[in-house]
Amino acid sequence: MPSTIRVRATASGERTEVQALVQHPMESGFVKDSNGQTIPPHYIEVLTFEHDGKVLLTAYWGPAVSKDPYVKFAFAGGKKGDELKVNWTDNLGKSDSLAAKIL
Amino acid sequence: MPDRHANPDAPADPARRAVLQLLAAAGLIALGTGRAAAAVPGWPEEAFRKTSQADALAALYGKPLEMSDKVTLQVPEIAENGAVVPVSVGTTLPNVTSVTLLVPENPNTLAASFKFGPGVAPAVSCRLKMAKTSPVIAVVESDGRLFGVSKEVKVTLGGCGG
Amino acid sequence: MRPRSSRRARAATLLALGAVVATGLHPSRAEERPDPAADLRAFQAHFRDRFPQLPIAEFANGPYAMDAGMRQQWEEIMQFPPYDFAVEEGKQAFETPFANGKRYADCFPEGGTGIRQTFPYFDTAAGEVVTLDLAINRCRERNGEKPLPYQTGLMASITAYMAETSRGKPFDIRIPDDKRALAAYEDGKRFFYSRRGQLNFSCASCHVQAAGQRLRGDVLAPALGILASFPIYRSEWGSMGTVDRRFTSCSAQTRSEPFAPQDPGYRNLEYFLSYMSNGVPIAGPGTRP
Repeated sequence: MPSTIRVRATASGERTEVQALVQHPMESGFVKDSNGQTIPPHYIEVLTFEHDGKVLLTAYWGPAVSKDPYVKFAFAGGKKGDELKVNWTDNLGKSDSLAAKIL
Repeated sequence: MPDRHANPDAPADPARRAVLQLLAAAGLIALGTGRAAAAVPGWPEEAFRKTSQADALAALYGKPLEMSDKVTLQVPEIAENGAVVPVSVGTTLPNVTSVTLLVPENPNTLAASFKFGPGVAPAVSCRLKMAKTSPVIAVVESDGRLFGVSKEVKVTLGGCGG
Repeated sequence: MRPRSSRRARAATLLALGAVVATGLHPSRAEERPDPAADLRAFQAHFRDRFPQLPIAEFANGPYAMDAGMRQQWEEIMQFPPYDFAVEEGKQAFETPFANGKRYADCFPEGGTGIRQTFPYFDTAAGEVVTLDLAINRCRERNGEKPLPYQTGLMASITAYMAETSRGKPFDIRIPDDKRALAAYEDGKRFFYSRRGQLNFSCASCHVQAAGQRLRGDVLAPALGILASFPIYRSEWGSMGTVDRRFTSCSAQTRSEPFAPQDPGYRNLEYFLSYMSNGVPIAGPGTRP
């Protein structure tokens, strides 16, 4: 199974730019399927990025974050080859994680 | 004959939109139904249930919000599709510890909140769903105080996809 | 096989005249021997006149070439496009051997890499138009695998990967000097210009006459280059879709009865549209609202 997480982390000088895309339905619980049944809410609640044992960014998400969600941020102190840990957990208790290399 | 079962789009779109609009109009709060697990520790469940900007901010921060031109918010004037609205927030304010995005016209106002660790640049981009035309409010927590900016995003009915 | 076709053809012959006038071609052309090369020149000249500032490569980007606000959102989305997952899935599938040990690469020239721009082509042995999607399924069947559903899922992922390896290569569609090829081309052209369905729209109503204008919240893509970004991840769908998915939803949106995926009617339409877009570079996979 390919990971549900794709990360692009690029260091340039002091600054490391991080972009991530997660494959997730982000169902809001407001939508019905073609049979008229409400699709139960299913969305990522927490997504974290860690570098060098420290949490860089914690995203608290709700049903209003788009399907296959995206996030971009930058931090100081990353180097090429460093590991960046990404982890998400959703409202159904599912989770996934990935260790990406900074390029 | 066309195979209706093979058509992933057959009846879904108009019904889907109608349901969204109905629920949004009625201000129904469906969040939390069908929950199969306890919220992830730290996830601000109460704030995510609120339906007004004031209540969501009170639940999340319990502090007053001040509008500020030091917060920048990049959003489209007209969303090409309410399902995917690109949002970017930045600020020149110091010591930023969190950024929060609110969409008051959505069924639940709080869309996303980001907690920043040390060394993280005070800017973040993401993509949000918007049920209809609404302001998008970006709130930046700097030195423990809240500063915000608001911009309206028009959400129109698409329906053919160009 | 297609009970509607004779009725359609009759209606189309009448309506084609009107449509041909609207696209700036001389009406007498419809009565002459098909001349795809002349059609192509007139078709592309129409769009050049209409959008004189737009380089031909930009026509691959449809509505994003037409509207600054949409383009900005597109550029944001293209920073990390949601079709990335499909490309990866498609690449894996493409490289995984079938049960008999053969691969997709064995079914295509150049090992299937950088060839998207040559589809659809007219198969003079079989006397029919072959799209990339059809060729993929025939490859599977020849190798003892079940065909894939056409509109979304793995078919979209494999074609997304194959399109990505072909980016920047201009559409290079040939119409051989073969009566059946010309007939297929003419059938696609007739379909494109014929009004149908409860809304009485032709493809051309939106994508020639109204290209670049808004239809409710959407900006209508010009017909020139309209297939260059396929398959696409559409926000409206929240998933990938192939040319079949787009044709089917276009048919439904104009309230006409769609063909089945890969019906000769749709294949001929794809043949016509792709030939008209010769010179527009492949930009797929793409994203659309």
